Amino acid sequence: MPRPGFVLDVDRSTPPTLFWRGEGFSLERLPADRSRIIYPPEPLAGLDNLDGHIRDALLNPLDMDPLPELLKPDMKLTICFDDASLSLPKMQQPDNRQRIVEAVLDMAAEAGVDDVHIIAALGLHRRMHEYELRHVLGDRIVDAFLPKGFLYQHDAEDPDNITEIGHTDEGEVLEINKRAAESDLVVYANINQVAMDGGWKSLTTGLASYRCLSEHHNPASLQNTRSLMDRHHSALHKSIWRMGELLRDSGPTVFQVETTINTEAFPSPFEFLAKREWEWTARDRGLFLASSKSLNKLPNRTKRKLFHKIEAPYRTTSVQAGFTATVHERTLENVYQQHLVEVDGQTDILTMGIPFISPYNPESIMNPILVMCMGLGYLFNMYRGKPLVKEGGVVIMTHPTYEEFHPVHHPSYIDFFDEVLADTNDPAVMSTKWEKKYAEDEWYRHLYRTSYAYHGVHPFYAWYWGAHGQQHAGKVIIVGGYAATVRKLGFTPASTMNDALEIASDTVGRSPTISHLHVPGVLVADVK
Amino acid sequence: MAGRTSHQYIRRGQRPDGAHRSIHVAQRAASMVEGAVRTAARPLARYGFPYRRPTAPKHVVVPRKPNGLGDTYDTEWARQPLARSLRGVIIEGPMRLAVRTIASPRVSGLDRLTDLLRVDNPRPVIFAPNHHSHIDTGVMIRSIPASWRHELVVAAAADYFFDARWKAALSALALNAIPIDRGATSRATFDRLRDVIADGNSLIIYPEGGRSPDGWGQDFKGGAAYLSTRTSAPIIPVHIDGTGEIFGKGANRLSPGRTAVLFGTPLLAAEGENTRRFNERIEAAVARLGDETLTDWWTATRNAASGRSPKLSGPDHNSWRRQWRLGEKRRGSTAGIRRRRIRRWPDLG
Repeated sequence: MPRPGFVLDVDRSTPPTLFWRGEGFSLERLPADRSRIIYPPEPLAGLDNLDGHIRDALLNPLDMDPLPELLKPDMKLTICFDDASLSLPKMQQPDNRQRIVEAVLDMAAEAGVDDVHIIAALGLHRRMHEYELRHVLGDRIVDAFLPKGFLYQHDAEDPDNITEIGHTDEGEVLEINKRAAESDLVVYANINQVAMDGGWKSLTTGLASYRCLSEHHNPASLQNTRSLMDRHHSALHKSIWRMGELLRDSGPTVFQVETTINTEAFPSPFEFLAKREWEWTARDRGLFLASSKSLNKLPNRTKRKLFHKIEAPYRTTSVQAGFTATVHERTLENVYQQHLVEVDGQTDILTMGIPFISPYNPESIMNPILVMCMGLGYLFNMYRGKPLVKEGGVVIMTHPTYEEFHPVHHPSYIDFFDEVLADTNDPAVMSTKWEKKYAEDEWYRHLYRTSYAYHGVHPFYAWYWGAHGQQHAGKVIIVGGYAATVRKLGFTPASTMNDALEIASDTVGRSPTISHLHVPGVLVADVK
Repeated sequence: MAGRTSHQYIRRGQRPDGAHRSIHVAQRAASMVEGAVRTAARPLARYGFPYRRPTAPKHVVVPRKPNGLGDTYDTEWARQPLARSLRGVIIEGPMRLAVRTIASPRVSGLDRLTDLLRVDNPRPVIFAPNHHSHIDTGVMIRSIPASWRHELVVAAAADYFFDARWKAALSALALNAIPIDRGATSRATFDRLRDVIADGNSLIIYPEGGRSPDGWGQDFKGGAAYLSTRTSAPIIPVHIDGTGEIFGKGANRLSPGRTAVLFGTPLLAAEGENTRRFNERIEAAVARLGDETLTDWWTATRNAASGRSPKLSGPDHNSWRRQWRLGEKRRGSTAGIRRRRIRRWPDLG
């Protein structure tokens, strides 16, 4: 029986706690009697016979007819799936998306459906490399569909293949992939790693255009999103749900398949990362010392290679299929069951270790903008109710924050860092002054469409993702980061955790209370 | 270049048919050794009984002592620690090298076995591949995931692999083979196989009962299905492509090439499903894998759904057309093709 998450009050006998530092980790001692560490729940048990559960979900969907009854020989069937931004780290094969798509295709074959297209729902993310497609969908599907052109990736900048569905009551435009819009049935295969994913967001962002995405991916929406992990209090999700309702009324029939996974993110020998420090065995301690010391000696490039090779032994905890909104409510219950930890009140300081990966750098570099996005965007938003830190409090992150960018994956990030951040780090200002220039830049558009680059506007979206955290925190300190890079982000550099706490005292006084978010695994603090 | 004689090729270490000079040297050495052994043994032939075994009078029936061969051969010793260690060395050493050199298998479909492999001690399973060649067993052993590979027994024909003591010992040691009587349904054979599965061993059994005589498959016998229903061990259908061209039945020399091994989704008998039906399902699964090997997964899935999967046993007509279709099938396959020498110049015509 997995133990639930809990809040540990730090005393003088509490061992130092683990902090990610990009492609490495360290142990930090937090001040006794005024610090608390929020530990995630242990991984829930996975489903046995997952293929059987998927088939069962397809045959007994929520608020829809069984999938075989929706499949007709002369229909247009489009199957969409989440891109490489899920799961993190990538899950061991076979990926859930492969299992779902194979199960759907088995039924489509029985029904005699010939016209099948499979589309990677990228949104404005970079295109997936073929080896990533093979990892996500498996060789069988890729070999059967890719050479014939029936497996491809969504292109948000292809005007001939984007269709306008209409406008919501609030005047937001909804544009999606033309093939999906014209299909008799769209099946969406999804992995829900966190509560933010899934639901109408899958289709209305994964298959949308820049014009459509900018309706909710903007500073105003993201500053009013409290939080990204609580869809009912998120302006972003409200906008997306309005689009979803428009899609339901005016678009194709959508059959959503969602799966939730547990938090078993690290295989041997990195299992100790998810353990509570006082339960580390001699082997765990030895592994920590060996890996952290050796990682410190390795060049960044080698460390990244090692970490991005990790395949997570995630187990699937639930599968639900059917009408998108109903399915997603059930999914959220299952996600929260894994992630939710009850926490009493806010503290003056929130500390967090930033890992080597975020949704926007699979097989790539965690550049400074993504450090901000991961810290203030994702980890800061891991709450329901109130943020873990008081308004005007301090957020302390640990990350080397090197000034490195992946030139193929993140070309516009480089210019954003040099040009836009030199001018402003206010999301509202950069949105009005710079966003259009990057979004419509022909070279970035070309790289997004033909190479493996994120869309030109993507660094803005990554920055907006942290807009709520940036607005809420009085000061952001990065421990162990390159000072010049950290300052350019608008944050304060510190060499050690003690220095950071000293610097924070200017803002929150000499005896601040501290919360530490223990990563990994993943948790959502239910702050009362 | 056109004027080069075969003599010139030989001097350069190559022959016009691509064979290497060293092979001919080895062949000549082997024939010299064989001649020397025959010459050394000749003096004994001059002497009769008691130097040689007595002949029996024609009208006397000599009672035959049980020789412990055939399906009565006891292979228990081959599962003892010493034999297991030796077999581990053979499988990871010479067998690995030989399979890679001779068959270069391309293994796929292992992701279908992930759910069975995820536990600490994977349950025993029954691998049911098609059968074209003696090298199928080596290819299978090397293709099976390591968790099962070292706890694996092979059901081998008692009349072929266990008819002489040296063959029986070699088969038991190297392959962990267990004799099965192909001629009759034997209770003893079933009990032996059931016991080894109960001991945690997985099994390779060729449901066709023997190698293909003509390149097409044969109808599946029900042994694998029966064992699975009685032991609850899942059947893993497997399709091996290309081994028939490398060393098919009747071949007297190896023609190294490429092979493809495709693992299918594990099967268990459904509630109330009898052995005959289950056996048909296993055969259909292997046939579908065969189709998948030659086409792609989606085409094979659609063919299976519409009942158009090509049969393993080939077309029903029974003349040259059957052989003709076999040629077509082989041309469509990427397996079994001999390695071609790398061309130094582009092929212009």
